[in-house]
Amino acid sequence: MEFSNKYIVGFAIGLCLVCSTAVSSLAVGLKERQDANRLLDKQVNVLRVAQLISHDEKPTHEQVEEVFKNIKVFVFDQATAKSASVDNVWKFDPRKAEMTFPKKGDAWGKRAKKISLKSMPKTLIAYQVQTPGKECLVLPIYGNGLWSLLRGFLAIDLNTGKVIGITFYEHLETAGLGGEIENPLWQAKWPGKTCFDAQGLPVLDVVKQGKVLSPEFEVDGISGATITSVAVGNMVKLWLGDAGYGPFLQKMREVN
Amino acid sequence: MNKETKGILLDPLHLQNPITLQVLGICSALAVTTKLEPAFVMSAALTFVLILSNVFISLLRNKIPGSIRIITQLAIIASLVIVADQILKAYLFEMSKMLSVFVGLIITNCIVMGRAEAFAMGNPPWKSAMDGFANAMGYSAILIIVGFFRELLGSGKLLGYTVMESVNNGGWYFPNGLMVLSPGAFFIIGLLIWLQRTLSTEMQEDSN
Repeated sequence: MEFSNKYIVGFAIGLCLVCSTAVSSLAVGLKERQDANRLLDKQVNVLRVAQLISHDEKPTHEQVEEVFKNIKVFVFDQATAKSASVDNVWKFDPRKAEMTFPKKGDAWGKRAKKISLKSMPKTLIAYQVQTPGKECLVLPIYGNGLWSLLRGFLAIDLNTGKVIGITFYEHLETAGLGGEIENPLWQAKWPGKTCFDAQGLPVLDVVKQGKVLSPEFEVDGISGATITSVAVGNMVKLWLGDAGYGPFLQKMREVN
Repeated sequence: MNKETKGILLDPLHLQNPITLQVLGICSALAVTTKLEPAFVMSAALTFVLILSNVFISLLRNKIPGSIRIITQLAIIASLVIVADQILKAYLFEMSKMLSVFVGLIITNCIVMGRAEAFAMGNPPWKSAMDGFANAMGYSAILIIVGFFRELLGSGKLLGYTVMESVNNGGWYFPNGLMVLSPGAFFIIGLLIWLQRTLSTEMQEDSN
């Protein structure tokens, strides 16, 4: 069948209109639900890393809300640790905040480069768990592993300076190798490790599997996933340092 | 059931299987089959897209100008894929995280466009729907078989339940690392093709 050019253009425009209307109305209709899912996922991960719920527990929205009554959220300026304001705390993503780029010779710049980060956010977020007996700070961390961006949380007890837990909720590392960072058995090696030395500098690290010399602050890496393991080590060091949560942690120590 | 309907429904499962005979849709067959559960969800998403795209394209088949037919098919398929992706994100969030980009990549899955171009453009909607369903089942069957073996041998589990306790968790089974990597899927698909062709000799091409 032969179609006139007018018909073809008309058909194309009509098709585009129908398809785009259908897709966008659905996307708008489902947005609320999707946002709720994302938020819940994030909150559940905060609870997991703070050891408030076990790894395979899947709490409902209401249960999470209940536990979150005991959690204080801080949003603050990275360098000064003064509280900052954002539109919506739950939608705030430090990666989308304004960034600080390292100056030449900045030690943190080198470390950031090792996990393929060019800059660090100027605004950060942290969660303070106040549930009696489970007090800790939950710090979001991110950095690149072998293939992908790893995003997770590190929970530390500020009084003892020890790790409470670590978790990763987003990564695309090889399942079974680098993907083992998700494995609760590997994450179980973290609690109790010391984060800082006597000067308050971060010492927590991950080393190649089987090469742990100082078990008080070194975590054994994953066999067959040295690059991912070492990246996680660099990540925790970078985030606990001056370019990350350092100033904030200092301030929190003084307050206590 | 007449012979034609039977052919439409059964051929894609075995003799005309989109993966093992036509070797289409391999990318996703490698990517989402490290575990059984995502293989199921991916199969469901593809079934949804394939049936609907075949029906819509078949309904429009006499209205689609030949000069822009490919892009028309693509627009319809892309819209359906976004719909599937959005629904997964809203109702099966954990799963959508696991499948990540691969739901979106159904757009580039040759099976969908192949069926649109080869079947839906020349057949009425009801038949096209059956063809879409049958091809999706052919694809799903392979995905599920591959997912079954990869999860069992690669991590000693099925649908997340431990079948063979792995050494890492204090058991006896030493997981086969090859199975969790993409080449593992190639081996299983290769073995399936071998098996199929041995059982049904009419699938073998004449050797020169």
